[in-house]
Amino acid sequence: MTSLLRLITRPRRPAGAIRESQPIAYLFVLPYVVMFSVFIVIPVIAAIYLSFTYFDTVRSPLWVGFENYVNILTNDEVFMQNVIPNTLKFAVIVGPGGYILSFLLAWMLAQLPAKLRTVLALIIYSPSLTAGVTMGVVWKVMFAGDNTGYLNSILLKLGLIVEPVIWLQSQEFLLTIMVVVTLWSSMGVGFLAMLAGILNVNQELYEAGYIDGIRNKFQEMIYITIPTIKPQMLFGAVMAIVGTFSASSIGVALSGSNPTPQYAGQLIVNHIEWYGFIKYEMGYAAALSVVLLLIVYAFSRLAYGLFGSKNE
Amino acid sequence: MKTPTLRKKKSRFQATKINPKRFHPSQVRYLLFLIPLSLFMLLPLVYILNHAFKPLDELFYYPPRFFVTNPTLDNFRRLFELTGASGIPMSRYLFNSVVVTVLVLFFSVLISTMAGFALSKLHFRSKKIINEINTIALMFVGVAVSIPRYLVVEKLGLIDNFFVHVLPYLALPVGLFLVKQFIDQIPNELLDASRVDGANEWQIYTKIILPLIKPAVATIIILSFQAVWNSADTSQTYINDDTMKTFAFYMGTLTNNTNGVAGQGMGAAASLIMFVPNLVIFILMQSNVMDTMAHSGIK
Repeated sequence: MTSLLRLITRPRRPAGAIRESQPIAYLFVLPYVVMFSVFIVIPVIAAIYLSFTYFDTVRSPLWVGFENYVNILTNDEVFMQNVIPNTLKFAVIVGPGGYILSFLLAWMLAQLPAKLRTVLALIIYSPSLTAGVTMGVVWKVMFAGDNTGYLNSILLKLGLIVEPVIWLQSQEFLLTIMVVVTLWSSMGVGFLAMLAGILNVNQELYEAGYIDGIRNKFQEMIYITIPTIKPQMLFGAVMAIVGTFSASSIGVALSGSNPTPQYAGQLIVNHIEWYGFIKYEMGYAAALSVVLLLIVYAFSRLAYGLFGSKNE
Repeated sequence: MKTPTLRKKKSRFQATKINPKRFHPSQVRYLLFLIPLSLFMLLPLVYILNHAFKPLDELFYYPPRFFVTNPTLDNFRRLFELTGASGIPMSRYLFNSVVVTVLVLFFSVLISTMAGFALSKLHFRSKKIINEINTIALMFVGVAVSIPRYLVVEKLGLIDNFFVHVLPYLALPVGLFLVKQFIDQIPNELLDASRVDGANEWQIYTKIILPLIKPAVATIIILSFQAVWNSADTSQTYINDDTMKTFAFYMGTLTNNTNGVAGQGMGAAASLIMFVPNLVIFILMQSNVMDTMAHSGIK
């Protein structure tokens, strides 16, 4: 529908006399471009530059070439043994897991009448209204390490454990808890976009599909819904990737320390902050930042490959 | 619109219909999954709601009880009476948060709708490249560059400046992206007609574009609100002066302190204060948001 509207409107545009450049346009974009440059573009460029230097914030940056990157690959035991496996585990479960879950939920919600759908969608979306700080209170009590914690108290009562488990300091459970907590609040903007997309699929497409031999809801979803809402699927995927990595500092929030106990919940974001704000090795931290941005970019390209349209 | 009789004849299609008009038994299978899941999603919120209203003795119950039996406002009263580390009353943090949030909402709406208008409807040379960079920036993960960002803020002399709470939130690539897509739907003929009538671009922006893109504005409001109201980052990283920190930051300190169980009650009360505005704004604007999201696709 959107693309159709565009097709209709686009060719007419050059017809008017306003094809030539309108200087006033620069005034309209200027405030955004300035803010965007200062807080997004320049920090990214600075990160790239600093990643090739040794910088301790006291003396000016010293050019070291690829040394930081070489060290990441060969010298950083914590990075290779804890951070990368943790980040991958976390990202693979929360990213695609949360994404597929939010698509399926959006799809199911679309099968319901409007009022019921709105209420349920609101409930499912509500945890992502307040990520981070607000929820720290809840999770810290739910998973409190003594027997006043809800989880401990329930498990003790059921006789599944003999003594309280110190969940948030435990090497075994911290990462799992992080995954659960993040999944819980991962039905965000992407979920809403996919829901809106599914609701706007032209009904006639389905009717035509049934005439052409689609038999059930599953085929309907695979052959009609998903191809039709590809642009929203892509938007949702990008949001899921960004959301996953943005939320990934949660281990430190939950356990209350950086590094997390025995590096159990140490993800790449925490590793960056540890090197940057605690060890003051800014150059090395910047190299890690660049690695993270590249990881996010690679995942996004993958999503573009899956859902992007090549002709535009 | 189909009449009920028609719908009965086409009952096979009814069962496979997206966005049905009314309840149909075939929907039960989805509800069997969605309702338990919704209850699970609600758990933490129900918990905050109950915990916030628990009197002190109920907070100390062992084993802990989920639901409150004698609700009281004690936690809120103690929260408001409590003063921060250096004798700063809680109301100060709340005031800071409100001011910061209002400033962010106003300016981020202004900046992104202006840019969205230019990028969608005006002609200038760098338009295409700005659009492309902004679409790439959708993938931008802010936490990745928290350190260089800190260095930039420091270089600009913004450390301990109140506006450092506001400025980083003004460029919101997702917001601009959604606004631009939304403005793309407005037919150019409408704008050309007003140009013929002598309207300048600023008038077109204020008189035609802004009234037509209310849903997109509502969406930026929600996204910006969630980003700024809930964040303790700027207080943590850029502000040393306690009188300038925000409520979200203060909340974090509440639960980290040694207040123990009583602190949990206050923490829950504070969480509720944090959460309710999010919920109210979203409920008020949800239909607008869904309108905007229909145009959210990346081509």
